[in-house]
Amino acid sequence: MHIPDGFLDAKTALTTATLSAIAVSFALRHVRRELPPRRVPLLGLSAAFLFAAQMVNFPIAGGTSGHLLGGTLIAVLLGPSAAVVVVTTVLIVQCFLFADGGVLALGANIFNMGLVATLGGYAVYRCVNLMWPGPRGRTVALTVAGWSSTIFAAFSCAGQLAWSQTLVWEIAWPVMTSTHALIGLGEGIISALILIAITRTRPDLVATSSLGVTPVRWREFSFLCLLISLGLACFVAPFASSAPDGLETVAIQGGFAHRALAPLRSVLAADYQIPGLTSPALSTALAGMLGIAAVLGLALLISRLVLREASPKKMLRE
Amino acid sequence: MKCNLKFTPTPQLVVRKIIGTIILILLITLTPSTHPIWFGLEGILLLGLLWWRRVPPRCVLRRLLILSPFVAGTALAAQYSATGVDWKILALRSTLCLLTIIAFAETTAVSDLLRGLRLIRVPTLLVTTLALMHRYLFVLADESSRMNRARAARTFTTGRRLAWLQAASVAGQLFVRATERAERVYDAMCARGWKT
Repeated sequence: MHIPDGFLDAKTALTTATLSAIAVSFALRHVRRELPPRRVPLLGLSAAFLFAAQMVNFPIAGGTSGHLLGGTLIAVLLGPSAAVVVVTTVLIVQCFLFADGGVLALGANIFNMGLVATLGGYAVYRCVNLMWPGPRGRTVALTVAGWSSTIFAAFSCAGQLAWSQTLVWEIAWPVMTSTHALIGLGEGIISALILIAITRTRPDLVATSSLGVTPVRWREFSFLCLLISLGLACFVAPFASSAPDGLETVAIQGGFAHRALAPLRSVLAADYQIPGLTSPALSTALAGMLGIAAVLGLALLISRLVLREASPKKMLRE
Repeated sequence: MKCNLKFTPTPQLVVRKIIGTIILILLITLTPSTHPIWFGLEGILLLGLLWWRRVPPRCVLRRLLILSPFVAGTALAAQYSATGVDWKILALRSTLCLLTIIAFAETTAVSDLLRGLRLIRVPTLLVTTLALMHRYLFVLADESSRMNRARAARTFTTGRRLAWLQAASVAGQLFVRATERAERVYDAMCARGWKT
């Protein structure tokens, strides 16, 4: 999802760079104030970990393989402001050392993957985890959060491409969102599996604030979210209101894409056809909610399979 | 893997290089698509720079090939969307920008880059994080491939589900080791008189 140079026009690049600079400097100040000095090297090491973990491949059907993106996982392990700093560092290194992602587009890339994906994913994680605490709830929450973080980032990336008139919104959104709905599924599952693996070796690392990072103050978090919504209002809002037809077709297409993913979906989709299709906003919201419900069901299934398999009782029995 | 490093430049020179790179990329981005001749001139300038700094062409080609799929994909999508953007110009422009960054990355040592960043007042915490990340990037990547090799040597062929679980346990173990290493790094930094 790294946007290269030449795809964004001046106003998009400038807007995203400004917003990202404000947010990152804010996160840096927060981390410097809250993080005990003992934990400062952990930021650099976590960034290196993220980079190395991306080299561990997970086999997918047909010989292809995927890898972790990891913003949400780091946010859960270290807290959101620290995660913003870590992901920003990784993006800077990828940009200048490996030429992955453009220099002028760095602001946009930090906005998408460092802010929208990380903080959005963390918000989803907290919401689900509040409703459902405990280890199994944590696994489910991280799976859903990983999936939605990828979708959020794809959405904002599509908005930027459309705002700089490189792609038409009606094409950018469905292409980006449908491919990333699949990628995000892998992301959520991988993140959850890694969290389980860490919990098994060092349960103390996963418990809140054991790494010395205070979870978050809601004032700070809401300020960062405000910045994000400001950016999204720029990129996405103008298209969302002016293109109801595009949205509607995508909602229907999205329905088909999800049906292939989860059998749960087809059961729910029967109800969904009756009301609301006349209003595009409502139908889109419904489609989104159904998509999230499908992923939630999948997450439940996975957590049950994996946790049962790895429960200490069974290990003792063997 | 730097291909050509003859001298260590002063931080001021690195800052100038960073600014020059950004200006060149700006120029390429702002070149009007109605005058494609300018792209040719910029391309010749870049190739001349690469030749002058003796960057091996294989290095450049390999990096371009790794990075081109996204460019190609978006250019293709742009062709089918009616924004009036010519996909050839789009692909050409981003390839030239890629060449510029590759030229910068191949001729600048990371330690010099970090010194330059410090000089242009990038926050210390960010520079420290960048430095530590670069230091341990290859260490952890080595560690992960070592763990993968060990796992491959000790296990038989497994199903896909088990392969996922094992890959996840390798990544989880990597995080645990990174955390433990961070503790030792902090002690080492304190022993050398480090302060926030």
